[in-house]
Amino acid sequence: MSVFPYLMAGWILLVGIYGLATSRNLIQAVGCLSVAQSATYVLLLAVGYRRGATAPVFSDLPVGAPVVDPVVQALALTDVVVGATVTAVLLALVIQLRKRHGTVDPERLTGLRG
Amino acid sequence: MPDTARLLPLAVAVPLLGSVLLAVAGHRLPRLGTDVLAAFCAAASLGCLVLLWVRTGDGRAVSWVGGWGPPGGAPARGAQSVGIVLVADRLGLGLALLAAALVLAVVAYAWRYFEEPVGGHAGVFPALLLLFHAGMCGFALTGDLFDAFVFFELMGACAYALTGYRIEDPRPLHGALTFGIVNSLAAYASLLGIGLLYARTGQLGLAQLGQALDTRPPDLLVVCAFVLVLAGPLVKAAAAPFHFWLPDAHAVAPSPVCMLLSGVMVELGVYGVARIYWVVFAGPGGIPHPAFRSVLLVLGTLTALLGAVMCWQQRHLKRLLAFSTVGHVGLFLVGVALLDPAALAGTAVYVASHAGAKAALFGLCGLLLDRYGSVDEHGLHGRARELVLPGLLFAVGGFALAGLPPFGTGLGKALGEEAAGRQLPFLLPALYVLVSAVTGGAVLRAALRVFAGAGPAPVDRPGEPETSGEGEEPEVRGPGRRLPVPLVAVPAVLLLCSLLVGCVPAVGARLAEAARLFTDRAGYLAAAYQAPPAPAAPVPPAGWTAAGVLLGLLSAALATGLALLAVHPLHRGLGAALNRRLVLPLRRLHSGLLGDYVTWLVVGLAGLLVAFAAQR
Repeated sequence: MSVFPYLMAGWILLVGIYGLATSRNLIQAVGCLSVAQSATYVLLLAVGYRRGATAPVFSDLPVGAPVVDPVVQALALTDVVVGATVTAVLLALVIQLRKRHGTVDPERLTGLRG
Repeated sequence: MPDTARLLPLAVAVPLLGSVLLAVAGHRLPRLGTDVLAAFCAAASLGCLVLLWVRTGDGRAVSWVGGWGPPGGAPARGAQSVGIVLVADRLGLGLALLAAALVLAVVAYAWRYFEEPVGGHAGVFPALLLLFHAGMCGFALTGDLFDAFVFFELMGACAYALTGYRIEDPRPLHGALTFGIVNSLAAYASLLGIGLLYARTGQLGLAQLGQALDTRPPDLLVVCAFVLVLAGPLVKAAAAPFHFWLPDAHAVAPSPVCMLLSGVMVELGVYGVARIYWVVFAGPGGIPHPAFRSVLLVLGTLTALLGAVMCWQQRHLKRLLAFSTVGHVGLFLVGVALLDPAALAGTAVYVASHAGAKAALFGLCGLLLDRYGSVDEHGLHGRARELVLPGLLFAVGGFALAGLPPFGTGLGKALGEEAAGRQLPFLLPALYVLVSAVTGGAVLRAALRVFAGAGPAPVDRPGEPETSGEGEEPEVRGPGRRLPVPLVAVPAVLLLCSLLVGCVPAVGARLAEAARLFTDRAGYLAAAYQAPPAPAAPVPPAGWTAAGVLLGLLSAALATGLALLAVHPLHRGLGAALNRRLVLPLRRLHSGLLGDYVTWLVVGLAGLLVAFAAQR
């Protein structure tokens, strides 16, 4: 198994974190969080990958056919659901912030310091 | 009567169902109906947990949900299992019980707290509370690392929504966003760690992971996975430098929500660190005990000192309490880091009692917000003289935080000090005394100023970064109304519970047994495979000692002295240079900017990775 997907997962995580750390727009920041989360999908799928294997749907497969690990696919699906929930909650908060206070720039939120 | 294994999922399912009911039918019910339904579900979950506590005894209850156990029922060791397992021992159950009790207290406290919700939004607040409760219960009871992540995110998402519940004000939204992004990023780091562990072992259950790791010596992958997995719980536990979100979120969340966040959610992070280390990584294939001990001791000490220093600097009362939580969490981390059943027993007592005291103090802040629309120590100077009973309760809460015997905080502190003194004499006990004295002293200072009008009115310090508590939106309209009874009664009951934890010897004794069981790794691994339990180590002592009482009195006296000194006109100008050189830069670090907090998270994780890799 090549090491390339694992390096890719690390790279995606770092890109997401860099975006979060430098973002001047909260919608972009929530997007960057989703990018960072995509690293977990890549890593999980890479963990379960088997060369030459097919999707783990057993209804139309001969017995003993090689399949990729179904557990990580279940994990990735759960992960997608969790990520969608969190992103939805955060975006709803950003929308309220824009509606009530007319800004989505984190640098202009200075009410909490010290 | 259902058997014990069936009760276990019920404790999580009951609040989950209740929240769905409230979300679907809440707007059709009258307000009383939603409140009664929420209270009923919280009470049912509490009853379920009490029954489990009694049945489990000094042992463990294991439940493979839906019968998806390991193949064959009595599985061979190392066989892969895909089912969802719940494993309860008394420390996990105790935290779930604490969460259930606090949720019940919050439902009672919030009885008439918020304005009448309009339209389809009725029942949203109690529904979120119950969902939050389900997440916390699940996290405390799960025996599976991936489920721990899911429950962690469930309680996280509910906590973000609850923090930003009052959308009229920019600050709650700001606090909730920071809280959400930092916590979720850490949770995804945890998931990466879980993925790495799965790649190495093919297991997800805590016990199965621990067993699989023990079959080969640890390498860099295990260290990386350990640091990544710990990211989530450490951020939730607000260990420095991952603590920045906590004061921002706690200062602005509605007071009833703060009671839950500070009382039990943050402590669940500490529990997560301890559980994951003890079951998965404490064996020969994990992280050596000395490495874990030294790194976590440094982390805990830093957190405790930083929390105490920043707590003293605050004028926003809820932010002050939030930093005192950071200080106490530092002490809890030290208790966990010692890897000693006696220290863990002390920490358990401390957590239980701290939850009561801290929730009561946040409740009283909510009362101030209700009466005056402000939680600013400077602005409220002398204005709350008419609130005699709440003022007294606030001061009692301050003494409880300072660890005055016979409060449970005092007992927990004494047990922790004794165990810590065996590892590192004088220094660690001094840390316990100092942190509890400073945080308790800050609360007493605020009580003196706000409720008694003591000392001259404090002057503002322009140019310093600070958060004032002025101009808060009152969480209810109509300041002319009578003081609602629950706003005083619930904090009083919570303080009484905090006192009882220290006074009733049975509580300490049971928690000491629980701590002994918690540190019995072989027993946990055996229980997950339904093997007979291993013989147990002796139960650590959990009673008062003369030294403990004296140290408790000492920190209470120190706290009183600090509070009196702070309101005395003489102290002006004292330590101004120290303040400018040391404290001001520290306060500037708490910038409220999301980018800074994310950077600190990454720097902290990199530091942990280097520290653990160097000691491998």
